Amino acid sequence: MTAPAATGAPRLGGRGRSVRYRLNAWLPVLATCVILVLMLGAGQAVFGDFVSPRLLSSLFDNNPFLIVLAVGMTFVILTGGIDLSVGSVIAFSGLLGAQLFAAGWPAAAVLPLMVLSGTLIGAVVGVMVAFFDIQPFIASLAGMFLARGLAYVTSLKALPIHNDALNWLLGTSWGVGDWTTTPGVLLSLLLVAIAFWVFHYTRFGRTVYAVGGNEQSARLMGLAVTRTVFLVYLISGTCAGIAGVLFASYTQSGNPLAGLGMELQAIAAVVIGGTILTGGSGYVIGSLFGVLVYGLIQISITYMSVDSWWTYIVIGVMLLLFVVFQRAIAARRRR
Amino acid sequence: MSIHSAPPAAPVLEVVDADVRFVGQVALEKAALRLFPGEVHSLMGENGAGKSTLIKAITGAQRLDGGRITLRGRPVAFSRPAEAAAAGIAAVYQEIELVPELSVAENVMLGDEPRRFGGIDWRETRRQASRALAQLGIDLDPASSLRSHSPAVQQLVAIARAVRTRPDVLVLDEPTSSLDQDEVAQLFDIMRGLKAEGVAILFISHFLEQVYEIADRLTILRNGRLVGEYLTADILRIELVERMLGTTVGALEDLQDRGREEPAAPDARVVVQATGLGRSNRIAPFDLTVREGEIVGFAGLLGSGRTDAARLVGGVDRPDGGTLRIEDRTLRSPSPRAAISAGAVYSSEDRTSEGIIAQLSVRENILLGLQGQLGWRHRMSWSRQRELAGSYIEALGIAPADPEAVAGTLSGGNQQKVLLARWLALAPRLLILDEPTRGIDVGAKAEIQRQIVSLAENGMSVIFISAELDEVLRLGDRIVVLRDREVVGVVDGDLLTPDQLLALIAQGRRRWLSRSPRAARTSSTWRGSRASRTRRCRASSTRTRTSSRRPGPGSMRPSGSCATGRRRRRAPW
Repeated sequence: MTAPAATGAPRLGGRGRSVRYRLNAWLPVLATCVILVLMLGAGQAVFGDFVSPRLLSSLFDNNPFLIVLAVGMTFVILTGGIDLSVGSVIAFSGLLGAQLFAAGWPAAAVLPLMVLSGTLIGAVVGVMVAFFDIQPFIASLAGMFLARGLAYVTSLKALPIHNDALNWLLGTSWGVGDWTTTPGVLLSLLLVAIAFWVFHYTRFGRTVYAVGGNEQSARLMGLAVTRTVFLVYLISGTCAGIAGVLFASYTQSGNPLAGLGMELQAIAAVVIGGTILTGGSGYVIGSLFGVLVYGLIQISITYMSVDSWWTYIVIGVMLLLFVVFQRAIAARRRR
Repeated sequence: MSIHSAPPAAPVLEVVDADVRFVGQVALEKAALRLFPGEVHSLMGENGAGKSTLIKAITGAQRLDGGRITLRGRPVAFSRPAEAAAAGIAAVYQEIELVPELSVAENVMLGDEPRRFGGIDWRETRRQASRALAQLGIDLDPASSLRSHSPAVQQLVAIARAVRTRPDVLVLDEPTSSLDQDEVAQLFDIMRGLKAEGVAILFISHFLEQVYEIADRLTILRNGRLVGEYLTADILRIELVERMLGTTVGALEDLQDRGREEPAAPDARVVVQATGLGRSNRIAPFDLTVREGEIVGFAGLLGSGRTDAARLVGGVDRPDGGTLRIEDRTLRSPSPRAAISAGAVYSSEDRTSEGIIAQLSVRENILLGLQGQLGWRHRMSWSRQRELAGSYIEALGIAPADPEAVAGTLSGGNQQKVLLARWLALAPRLLILDEPTRGIDVGAKAEIQRQIVSLAENGMSVIFISAELDEVLRLGDRIVVLRDREVVGVVDGDLLTPDQLLALIAQGRRRWLSRSPRAARTSSTWRGSRASRTRRCRASSTRTRTSSRRPGPGSMRPSGSCATGRRRRRAPW
């Protein structure tokens, strides 16, 4: 092809567009940030002594497992899917670990197995969605029941876990002054960083966005759509397995009732973080902020010493506002 | 069947004796196509001719049941579009198959991004995308969002993606359908450039004008069969239309039986009056008057806007402008509900998805429209339902004559009759039938035609659309001819002759004016072109209108003409 780049060719659109495009795409994430800051400010104004290194540290310390779940969920939601199985996987993986520890297995074997149990459930859901074309809602609902059932098969009642390696994950506190963190929190942040790199610097990551944006187009572009969809659920399951390890470390036990409804908390965090449920648009950083907003609401409710179900009401209102906000942005883009 | 004038070189792509059968239906039968390097080849055919099936076969989206495809002399059998793309067959579709959420650069490069240190090298990606665009003479910020650009620019990005891998064959499936004239010109420049580099371009368009402008050769399909392969310069427009439609002027002239003894009185009461009705990108503003007891035929090729025009009159689609009066009621915000209560019903061409509800019984299907009008609080008694359904089954001869038969199990012709019954149950003043005879057998066809005539004789007005010219000719008192999304003429009385009609369908230029280059870049819809059209109208209404735009010698009454449109719009109603 030798056609010269016609020098007189009119430039279509302006330079400014790319800046505005990025701003537009990041707008929901920025909005979540702004809300986080506003909430911190409001807390400071109302309670006086609210914002402190202790509070900021505990925002992360309380919910590392939710951060990990939200990372996996971001992959799934960006393709336009949903994964309801992750909460049950936490219970299954925790109990599996508890039983294996009780049987005297070493942590070096148990922890990978706990993670792999999530990968397995993710693989089952992924096969159903990607290869048998079953709707993600139904497939992951099946995965949810399967994992919950397996948890009960593993043990009918909660089992305590006494293991130093597991304890180390969230029991160790590193810090400078009042700023503290745990290996588990660092692990969850590391996963966010890895996910960001995967999303934005690998073909797989870009294919995730393309599939969510327009699956038909992605297929016609010759992208590996089926494989990508499968991998997305595999990743989400694996993240749920990791979250199971962190949750077991957090509670020092395995419990067949663990993680009830946590899949919905993860979805809420992802949506509050600006990812659109139909896929194709959103950032994993946003999901991290979504979890922080969620955690901050929990802490504020505790500060106000009102009943904890107010958390749900606030989260519900916030979700509604966010969905309306996203619709407004989408409508503006269409114009 | 005839094969004419092959260029001396060997074809890069050859389809021979292609057969594709779907359940109970033959989509392609011994179809053939040859593409030579460095040509623009147009694939022509009406609805059901097998164009899209043939394209799918070439691009790996559809397997052949028989026959073979050879690429550069070697037989190929693709099972996925990706395989065809890898073999050098790229395609750009009418529905732009890109991801609007991503940037222009990504859309060009997706799946083939250059990498560095294990991750995507964004600088290089943007550079390569820019280069691919520049090679087509497009200067575009690669980091901008695809969504921020007009459909025309998106289309160009899709082409840039397709030709970046230097394919031997480029399939452009209706790339011009959402472009205005300047954008089409830019696309054609790009196509000529690619042609000069030896790319074989298969170009599909409903616009005859564009085919004659850009295509070197063309292949005509009809009913899944090859009609012939021609040099564009060798085939007259009227011959082309005849071969696409499968009718000739001679054959049509034999239709002495006009079906109706007495056409509607020319001074009968006006039932529908549309003034300047139009919808951007679908159909240019047009005027239409339908009188009581009149059958108005809509004739035109596929994509001429015949369905869009009918949907506007039937209140199905919302017009961008103009007024629609049905039975002295002006529909301010047209909707099917509003139109039905005013007395106009529209029966869709798409029987399966916009007509019959396959799981319900014949009785339920017939009574749906009536029940919808009555509202759910006024339930009809069981016996009344059976009686009504039974009477329509008998009157229209629906078989099986069982009101409880599941509608989906009926033949196409009987489903069509059920739909007819549904609308007749509403006792409409205007019945709009969009291809009611498509895909049904000859007996049922004749039966439906008879019903239409008898309805009109009893005072109902009918708008009748058919792809088959003889049908329109036989039934219509008056025929509205559409071409390139515009009403180009209305024929009636003694002037209603086959050659008039064919000439009108085939000939002529697109009339709307080109827009200023600046406007062309900011929007690709018709809005701008309509604005300029209005400007022109204002200018010309002061002068005497010449008859140059009228294809026949004083025979046509060009509907939607600026002068009348303006005058009517001023009329005080």
